[in-house]
Amino acid sequence: MTPVLAFLQAIPYDQILIQTVNGIVTGMILALIASGLTLIFGIMDVVNFAHGELFMFGAYMGVVVLAATGSFWLALLLATLIVALIGAALQITTLRPLIGRDPLTTILATFGISLVMQNYALWQFGPVARKIQEPFTGQFTLFYLEYPWYRVLIAGLSAAIIGAFWLFLKYGTYGIWIRATTQDRVMAEAMGIPVSWVYTTVFAIGAGMAAASGVLFGPLVGVNHAMGLDWVLKAFIVVVVGGMGNLGGSIAASIFISLLEAYASIWVSPAQAVIVSFVVLILTLLFRPTGLFVPTPK
Amino acid sequence: MNKRSTTIYWTGFSVILALLIVAPLVLPEFWSRFLTEILIWGLLAMSSDILIGYTGMVSFGHSAFFGLGMYGAAAALLMVKPPNLWLAIVYGLIGSAGIALFVAYFSTRLRDIYFAITTLIFSQIFYVIIFTWTDVTGGENGLTFSRPALGIPGLFSVPFSSETLHWFVLAVVTASYLILRRITQSPFGMVLQSIRENEGRTRAIGYAVERYKIVAVMLSGLFAGLAGVLYAIQNRFAAPDFVYFLVSGETVIFNVMGGIGTLVGPIVGAAFFLLLRETFSRFFTEFYLIPVGVIFIAMVIFMPQGLLGFMRRWLNQ
Amino acid sequence: MEPLVAVEDVHTYYGKSHILHGVSLHVDRGEVVGLLGRNGVGKSTTLKTIMGLVHPNRGKVLFAGKPITGLPAHKLARLGIGYVPEDRRIFRLLTVMENLRTGLDRHGVTEARKQELLDKAFAYFPVLAERRNQAGGTLSGGEQQMLAIARAMMLEPKIILLDEPTEGLMPRMVSQIREIIEVLHREGVAILLVEQNVPLTLEASQRVYIMEKGAMRHHCAASELKIDDAVVHQYLGV
Repeated sequence: MTPVLAFLQAIPYDQILIQTVNGIVTGMILALIASGLTLIFGIMDVVNFAHGELFMFGAYMGVVVLAATGSFWLALLLATLIVALIGAALQITTLRPLIGRDPLTTILATFGISLVMQNYALWQFGPVARKIQEPFTGQFTLFYLEYPWYRVLIAGLSAAIIGAFWLFLKYGTYGIWIRATTQDRVMAEAMGIPVSWVYTTVFAIGAGMAAASGVLFGPLVGVNHAMGLDWVLKAFIVVVVGGMGNLGGSIAASIFISLLEAYASIWVSPAQAVIVSFVVLILTLLFRPTGLFVPTPK
Repeated sequence: MNKRSTTIYWTGFSVILALLIVAPLVLPEFWSRFLTEILIWGLLAMSSDILIGYTGMVSFGHSAFFGLGMYGAAAALLMVKPPNLWLAIVYGLIGSAGIALFVAYFSTRLRDIYFAITTLIFSQIFYVIIFTWTDVTGGENGLTFSRPALGIPGLFSVPFSSETLHWFVLAVVTASYLILRRITQSPFGMVLQSIRENEGRTRAIGYAVERYKIVAVMLSGLFAGLAGVLYAIQNRFAAPDFVYFLVSGETVIFNVMGGIGTLVGPIVGAAFFLLLRETFSRFFTEFYLIPVGVIFIAMVIFMPQGLLGFMRRWLNQ
Repeated sequence: MEPLVAVEDVHTYYGKSHILHGVSLHVDRGEVVGLLGRNGVGKSTTLKTIMGLVHPNRGKVLFAGKPITGLPAHKLARLGIGYVPEDRRIFRLLTVMENLRTGLDRHGVTEARKQELLDKAFAYFPVLAERRNQAGGTLSGGEQQMLAIARAMMLEPKIILLDEPTEGLMPRMVSQIREIIEVLHREGVAILLVEQNVPLTLEASQRVYIMEKGAMRHHCAASELKIDDAVVHQYLGV
């Protein structure tokens, strides 16, 4: 009995508990970013390399608005709107001309955009990380541990945003337009749906969601011009593991991968914990390439 | 190609080669090194063109091949005394070949965007490994080492001057170009292009597409690794930055800017991009990459054939 | 009064293929016009050109006298052109109701009017009412055809372009389609009907055009043409 007891005593329960909650929190942020990405891919067939930069821009806009108004909530709202508009502008100028061309061109164009945005941020804000102050501090007791309220808020808000969007897709008129366009672009056009505006709107929504994640996540890490890179990579992994274009899948995958990484970070450094997501991706591609959470096509 | 265009081609080739040979003697040190670097990046871009331009497989993994070639060379130069040039090359090629095998396996099982993302992930995996395995790889700081001498052990040994190094690099890059050119124009190369055009049809005709893809990836990986070795020798350090996926992105940019599927195009693209970056950095000291990025985006939209394609059409008029 | 739809000397290419060679036709308000011809002569392309899904390289398309050449399809749908393509192309993953809504949800249509249009559609096609919450892809071929027509009707179009509506349908369904055409005609909706079914077309239309190899070869009143006419044999015979 003693070895078992010793083993059971050695398990770092409090760590696991904390990491579970952390994993869910990070997972929800990732889900918010990945939702936008998978949406843009599913509906427009565009692989948006600049998605991480939209996230980063959102965080910076949050910094700016917060400094100007002192209100976190205003910062969240305005950053989302501003970046959504930027996203729309980007789509109209650089992606619309590429509709119908080789998909490689959109990857390249968005890669170019990401380069420009990163350097613009570096130029305007400098290399030193900025901070977003969380709207409220304070912790609550989770069993016998202290856990910050703010983190729980992030998870809740992300879930709410995704939920609201899902409802919009399912029931609203524009939701129907988006779904119709995804299924048959030509017939949607023939039914009076302005397809190119649908694309612009979808891109803007995806951008807005990324920006919101940026603001929400801002208080947890420093805001700097390179923060988008790591996230875009993870978001891509999530999108592939969850099934490209599959909203529910990417949410499940986000949480799944974030949990695994959080647990891994108990034993290895965070920099190494990312390998977990890589491994998951490779396994998925080897065994279930259409997506881990997608029912196997018969 | 008819007789006339072949003559024009080889004349042009010789002229450019002659210019490149003379360059280090007439250019100031900075520009001479710059030129050498263009050649090295050009080699990397050429290797990537085999996959993107000829076989139609977009790969963001070239930074892994390049980086492993670099670190392989570093390993040889640090572990074996006295530092041996040829050993560095061999180690570097082994390193990149190892990765290439790995990537090659996946290339046969994944298509298009999934392959592209996977290669990108691979770059990152190696980046993370190299970055965190500080004991072996020097982590963030990378590795520094001394430049090996040019020579054949036992026969002679001459330390590299910046001119001789340039000529050595030029020789390697030119040889690589000629080899790759020979390959792309051979029946093998034709099959690759047929795979790019229509993989299903190529398979239906009876070609073992998987095998061709594997060879293409190995080829691409080896030459990319070679570029990494050259870079290590020129700069005397190896750093994880070069394994970061952005390097792959830049490589793809060179390809597109120059013109994919042309072998020469990527070198031109590399030269163009690096020159642009250099010029802009003198005028806009802080945000010089922004106009470069904008030009790149504009080229993707308006000049998808790249510079070479554009010039070809312009000359044909 | 000028025709509702006029196609003037239109040349359309798919890539390098010259599909339409100087096609001209017109449809007056409230008229049913048939477009006959063998497979592949360009009938569908003509409809697509009118609908703005394909743009002609030369020639003009006019709607109520105004040029619409080159306008995107969604603007034309809003102007009043409805399109029911070959193989129906309903939105398989949307429900019947949602399919109808793609046409119903427009600016300037009151809720009352929307309900009227819906009721009308369900009156003509009761089976759609039964299946209103089912996904479009679960409907049978005939039901999908009805949905495709009903969907176009939700646009309150002035003209409906019907591309081979009876293809692959059972005779009972074919006569249902015939009735629908009649009903639409009574309501004053113009119809440009592309069909392989010659008797049906001659019965339903006021005028017919016959196409061959991308050009108009014959044009007359439907009453002037009999099924066993030499012309029919020449252009439509097997």
